[in-house]
Amino acid sequence: MSDVRDAGYDDFVDALADGEGYYVECDEGHGSLPPRRACPHCASRDLSEEPLPETGTVESCTEIHVPTPSFADDAPYVVAVVDFGPVRVTGQVLADPEDVEIGSTVAPTVTETATEGDRLVAFELR
Amino acid sequence: MTNVRVAGVGLTHFGHHPERTSRDLFAEAGLSALDDADVAAGDVESVYYGNFMGELSEHQGHQGPLAAEALGVDAPATRYESACASSGVALRQAVRDVRNGEVDVAVVGGAERMNNLETAESTEALAIAADDLYEVRAGMTFPGAYALMASAYFEQFGGSREDLAHVAVKNHANALGNDHAQYQKEITVEDAMESPPVASPLHLYDACPVTDGASAVVLVGEAYAESEDLDAPVAVTGTGQGGDKMALHDREDVATSPAATDAAEEAYEDAGVSADDVDLAEVHDCFTIAEVLATESLGFFETGEGVDAARRGVTTSDGDLPVNLSGGLKAKGHPVGATGTSQVAELTKLLRGDHVNSEHVPDATTAVAHNAGGTVASAVVHVLEEVEA
Ligand SMILES: [Zn+2]
Repeated sequence: MSDVRDAGYDDFVDALADGEGYYVECDEGHGSLPPRRACPHCASRDLSEEPLPETGTVESCTEIHVPTPSFADDAPYVVAVVDFGPVRVTGQVLADPEDVEIGSTVAPTVTETATEGDRLVAFELR
Repeated sequence: MTNVRVAGVGLTHFGHHPERTSRDLFAEAGLSALDDADVAAGDVESVYYGNFMGELSEHQGHQGPLAAEALGVDAPATRYESACASSGVALRQAVRDVRNGEVDVAVVGGAERMNNLETAESTEALAIAADDLYEVRAGMTFPGAYALMASAYFEQFGGSREDLAHVAVKNHANALGNDHAQYQKEITVEDAMESPPVASPLHLYDACPVTDGASAVVLVGEAYAESEDLDAPVAVTGTGQGGDKMALHDREDVATSPAATDAAEEAYEDAGVSADDVDLAEVHDCFTIAEVLATESLGFFETGEGVDAARRGVTTSDGDLPVNLSGGLKAKGHPVGATGTSQVAELTKLLRGDHVNSEHVPDATTAVAHNAGGTVASAVVHVLEEVEA
């Protein structure tokens, strides 16, 4: 892979790292993650960036024991789908697995993998 | 619109064949399907071929022409890629072309070579069926995604790891006599419960293996079958396909598979049957929880009520609705691009009465195949019926 940025995605991660996470919202109120030119739920092209709520709720989670090579030195780790209301986000929860459960409150952040130092979306328990 | 008959089917052994190219695997399956159909390669008018990870595993794109030449067929050939539903969507296209009268004789199949990769490499290759930006880069694996679905399912509807273990035990038991199956080994609920964790709550025995193999079916229009006096008692009477958002987090609900529900409803309506008419099914059990979601989407059980069907004996070989009599992906194996047509090959043999497990369904006339891609962002369902005794 080259070092070329993925417009939309890398901007999103930059913003999360600065504590200024956002999501894309259409005029019908559907949330999604960038890059978007049309709402994936209703096709509206009237989209705006809205601030991501400061905390979300774990909707589902799993402790991954068998990773891909890019996460070889990170396993085991917890991945969760987190509900922020208008939008959901997938990321790693930076906590002991036994402390993470469906319904846990988390805040978004950005971390790096232990394996290759890649940035990734993560959550901290609140 | 002509009826579509399954004139012949072919399968390789599913298992560990790291040294065999997918073109060779497909040649074996496709030629045996042509022989089973008693159709000459020269009569084939189009080839539909499913494959998922050929670029990564064999450095080979553009595989349609390779598939055709492997069979000695000189006809247009196209590769279809829809992750684990690749040959299922290939089949759907072939069914529509035969129905419309554009093609009289079609070969549909698929192949996958995976065991030439290291385990970590194949895990990575499979993961790209998920959303790269928002799932894979967050550390998601393919088992991890299904684990998220299982966790959400347990939370919303109940069910336990032990319920899922019964799915694995059932499918291993079904594969015992199937010479094409990767695993012909009985397992116990205890074995499954005690196997190592992969992505909680899923353990090793909740997961299908990494498999090399190929499958093929020969489809013909009814007029061709009659003029050539073919023995083709099974017809594809319904086809349906559904789609959903790529990433789990963009779905309305993480614990159901609405794309499969849409596919099933379309296929049932197309065939003029309902879930109650179905005598047996082959469903996409890449993980035990996937079989549960599939059987609910197919309308066999209400949402949230399918998790203990294997445990209650409803979907076992002696149950009211046998599911995965072949052994399923879990025990027969899951050569990704070959899976969809392998389900149809198995069902055809089960309905014809020449499958090792046909004795369990002697009166069956209606069968359903359910093939899913990724975490069911793609789903394709076909109805097969025995139309001649
Ligand atoms: Zn919208």
